[in-house]
Amino acid sequence: MTITLFLEQILNGVQFGVFLFLISAGMTLVLGIMNVVNLAHGSLYMVGAYVATTMYSLTGNLFFAFVLMVPILLVVGMIVEIVVLRTLYERDHMDQVLATFGLILFFNELVRIVWGVEGLGMNIPESLSGSIDIGVPYPSYRLLIIAVGILVSVLLYVMITKTRMGMQIRAGASNRSMIGALGINIRILYTVVFGIGAVFAGFAGLMAGPIISIESGMGEEMLIFAFVVIVIGGIGSIRGALVASIVVGVFEIVGRSILPYILLQLVPPDQAQTAGPAMASMLVYILMVVILFFKPQGLFPARTG
Amino acid sequence: MLSRLKIWVLLLSFLFLAVLPIVAEWIGEEFYISLVARMMVFAIAAMSLDLILGYGGMVSFGHAMFFGLGCYSVGILAFYELTNGWLQLFVCIFGTALIGAFVGFISLRTSGIYFIMVTFALAQMFYFLGISLEAYGGDDGLPIDTRSEFFSFFDLSEEWNMYYLILGTLTACTLFGWKCVNSRFGMVLRGSQANLVRMEAIGFSTLKYRLSAFIISGVMCGLAGFLLGNLTEFLTPEYMHWFRSGEIMIMVIVGGMGTLFGPLYGAFAYLIFEEVMAGYTEYWQFYFGPLLIILVLFAKKGLWGLLPGKENLGDD
Amino acid sequence: MTDLILQVKNLNKAFGGVVATDHLDFDVRQGEIHAVIGPNGAGKTTFVAQIAGMLTPDSGEIIFDGQEISGLSAPERSHAGLARSFQITSVFPNFTAIENVALSIQAHDGHSFRFWTTAFRDAKLIQPARNILEQVGLADRALSLAGNLAHGEQRQLEIAMALATKPKLLLLDEPTAGMGAEESEIMRQFLLGLKGEYSIILIEHDMDTVFNLSDRITVLVYGRSIATGAPDEIRSNAQVKAAYLGEDEAEINA
Repeated sequence: MTITLFLEQILNGVQFGVFLFLISAGMTLVLGIMNVVNLAHGSLYMVGAYVATTMYSLTGNLFFAFVLMVPILLVVGMIVEIVVLRTLYERDHMDQVLATFGLILFFNELVRIVWGVEGLGMNIPESLSGSIDIGVPYPSYRLLIIAVGILVSVLLYVMITKTRMGMQIRAGASNRSMIGALGINIRILYTVVFGIGAVFAGFAGLMAGPIISIESGMGEEMLIFAFVVIVIGGIGSIRGALVASIVVGVFEIVGRSILPYILLQLVPPDQAQTAGPAMASMLVYILMVVILFFKPQGLFPARTG
Repeated sequence: MLSRLKIWVLLLSFLFLAVLPIVAEWIGEEFYISLVARMMVFAIAAMSLDLILGYGGMVSFGHAMFFGLGCYSVGILAFYELTNGWLQLFVCIFGTALIGAFVGFISLRTSGIYFIMVTFALAQMFYFLGISLEAYGGDDGLPIDTRSEFFSFFDLSEEWNMYYLILGTLTACTLFGWKCVNSRFGMVLRGSQANLVRMEAIGFSTLKYRLSAFIISGVMCGLAGFLLGNLTEFLTPEYMHWFRSGEIMIMVIVGGMGTLFGPLYGAFAYLIFEEVMAGYTEYWQFYFGPLLIILVLFAKKGLWGLLPGKENLGDD
Repeated sequence: MTDLILQVKNLNKAFGGVVATDHLDFDVRQGEIHAVIGPNGAGKTTFVAQIAGMLTPDSGEIIFDGQEISGLSAPERSHAGLARSFQITSVFPNFTAIENVALSIQAHDGHSFRFWTTAFRDAKLIQPARNILEQVGLADRALSLAGNLAHGEQRQLEIAMALATKPKLLLLDEPTAGMGAEESEIMRQFLLGLKGEYSIILIEHDMDTVFNLSDRITVLVYGRSIATGAPDEIRSNAQVKAAYLGEDEAEINA
């Protein structure tokens, strides 16, 4: 494990964290403001990946793919909100969990019907397939993701803290019963929040396209991480989601590469062989357990009412 | 009082299950025996979830974890040629109780959404653990060569014996479940679901009771897993995937949450539906998804709620 | 002093910048009805929550029956002899009235790790429950679901559940909330009957109840106690009038 490799893994961890943030930001807002557990958030990420890939193969240009994806995801998100989610606001969490579970099944099969069982592949655009030297050579595309991710995070942060709508969202996230009393049109706010969340998730799907396999069910892998991020970060808190995403991202990626190495120093190779991957996959959950033990509400709980 | 009708339905159902193997052989369709055996296993799992879900209000998304653990206790020990059923059973019960205590202790300090998400994530942890254990097949799974050995005269490799063991477990669990939800313990559980704050105010330290319920529920589900491992003679981490948790939850809802007996029928209904639908189309979940949404929104009482007759507490 | 069932010393609680309880001293004598009144936002709810064990004070002492209870959880306080009723009716709607009370009794009848015998067929629970229901006047509604009871009956059930735990001190949070004149009068008579046998902290807005029932009244404003004394003293206290009773003066002097 050289320093170079280690640094590279950290950067990979940050990049993964950026993904997670894009996905969990929307989810934590929806959860914090509308008090809805939406299991199908991962499905939005998946749909984003599929749509973006298709747009990319049609236009040959990543930027256009992005521009075309946004309205599509916005519309899909808003339709889901209006048709399904609206009926769930008053329901208890179990109903929400089951209903959105139904949505997952639906979307998973939908993409298989529309795009086939095989899944899709997207290549990294030519111009981005090299690597850049930032002290260590690092793939340009991943660097782009980190850069874009930081940009989007800043954008989101500015929007949440400096704009009026952002203020309404924060108010809603910390005390839901108040926003109606403040005369804010809840329905529209909800639909907008959900749409924004969908776009972010779709954007994550777009960025993820070239480096992961696009297939039915890809959303659920991310969903679990998003859960961990939200639990650790605190429901309704964008800041919490950001911090937790990076922490979880780095922990997961670096942990996976370091752990086998550490184990090899401590136990005989064949034990490390079995235990290594096993423990690596459990790392993030152990982290969650430890954090929850000391802070059952997460690191930055936003909800008070 | 459980209405007369409901009692009759229950008795007849169990009678049906008792004579099924005989009928199946008589009409020459023996595969029904393992089919129904499998449904009974899931019936046990669904009922175990209803204990904490319907009666305790604990929305645990991780029940598949216990299911898988029960399965693994058979599989892994069999892998090392420890096929003694009593040993495997001990490991199963002890293991699921321990894990249940651990998971319960962490998650029950949270509530609401956090609880759902934590049980979800922790269960997934075990799933990934299972996948990464290459020695036990990883995500390919592991065949189980020999079924558990309990008594020398009771050879589980005989399908009938396997079937009646499962039926016996189902009956015992059902009886226990019914007594439990009407007992003092059951009342604490129900009260905690209805109004936790009030329960604490009148003097119940609810955490220890809810944790116990969580553990009991987990152990019962582990037993179901134990039986499934034996039945299918196959072990796979897929049994622990959160989708399975979702399916068990669906069975509870379809059958009727908080009724204890409903989920038994819910399990059967769901599995029958799955069998039939999968025969028609590969994409049956495309239709099931929206159906589930409609079910959740409009048909909460489930199958058991279709039968007339109210149940009051304190009667049985 | 041993005839104080409850002694609160220098209680403080702040939420962020807002002080809800401000250097509060308060005590309850054995067998008395001690009412706590104050305008909205005075901190009555916060006060109740700290005594009941739902909220941890920032500082101060709460001594109940000679024991410091600040560190005790709500169930532990219940077992120490403190019972409360809730301002917003908090019964178990899907249990019958008698089952609601039986549950309270069960809480104090040893542990509940009993898995086999049917709980509410146990005479040990049902008999005392029936007695309590008779005491509060709900005997004929014993088998009705609590959720189906009239509002006033539910308030009675609230108190029945508190009584069932055999408390020394009752913390009653607006027992007449939402009740009409007749129902309130019945409740008042009932509470009068409890005096002496139980010590009672009474949080109330209804001035008739407060002035007719209480041995002492404490007036809370912005988390601070501005006056404590017998009803007559409070009635004529200038500060109190200024702070609170101004609009209600006509009502009381009538």
